[in-house]
Amino acid sequence: MKARVHVTLKQGVLDPQGKAIANALHALGFDSVIGVRQGKFLELDLKDADTASAEKSMRSMCERLLANTVIEDYAFEVWK
Amino acid sequence: MKSAVIVFPGSNCDRDVAVALARVTGSAPTMVWHGDRAIPKVDLIVLPGGFSYGDYLRSGAMAAHSPVMTEVASRAKQGVPVLGICNGFQILTEAGLLPGALIRNAGLHFICRDVHLKVENTGSMFTRGYKTGQVVRIPIAHADGNYRADPMTLDRLEGEGLVAFRYCSAEGTVGEAHSPNGSARNIAGIFNEKRTVLGLMPHPERMIEPMLGGSDGRPFFEGIAEALAA
Repeated sequence: MKARVHVTLKQGVLDPQGKAIANALHALGFDSVIGVRQGKFLELDLKDADTASAEKSMRSMCERLLANTVIEDYAFEVWK
Repeated sequence: MKSAVIVFPGSNCDRDVAVALARVTGSAPTMVWHGDRAIPKVDLIVLPGGFSYGDYLRSGAMAAHSPVMTEVASRAKQGVPVLGICNGFQILTEAGLLPGALIRNAGLHFICRDVHLKVENTGSMFTRGYKTGQVVRIPIAHADGNYRADPMTLDRLEGEGLVAFRYCSAEGTVGEAHSPNGSARNIAGIFNEKRTVLGLMPHPERMIEPMLGGSDGRPFFEGIAEALAA
């Protein structure tokens, strides 16, 4: 199985890096940019045999290590 | 007094804090490798500053799951004092031993300079060497020191006297302008509920004698020694 995880800062948590990127985009003339939030993207190879077990392990991995749920949200997808 | 300093791959203030403990308390700590599962019987455990695991994923995230951390958490639960300096503070929040999180500095720069701190609560073994409201000069050296927690947690920390240190001006004025890293409510260090666990971003171990640029960090270790000798 394969999995993809997106980790993003929760709404309301200051994102200094996203802000700097938005400023840089403005400097390049991309005036349509209202805001940028920077996050993380992870790809995993899993031994799990089925979707249910892969989802279960992904949720646990996200809660325990991949995201810090004090400041971050996560979303994942799994497929064969 | 007996103490242990946990050494992670990438710790770089482990020896500084070992020297500070030895010089000020008169007894050198045991250095414990992060891969060990056992910690000798000690009166104090220190998680030192540095860049454990190269700050991969998030500062302190990997170290928080090191083999030794299970024992650190269990000792902390038993009431053994645990001190986390800089990366040690980040590890304590990642391990859930202190609330909140430390994110990238508001200005995005790595900041290495002396800052002024106001001692908010002297009712702990870590801060008893100071006077309430005292302003001290201690260096910081971090990129991820921007303390964040939800408003309820921040209110609870303030309401229960769990804020140990705040960033301030040389005159002791606390305000956004004097927070070097954008920390919520100028928080530089916090305690757990029993004030037996302290995490702080500044480095008192780098200010223990005039030759190092100042000795405002010395009372920090003197207080610990006094508390543990009593």
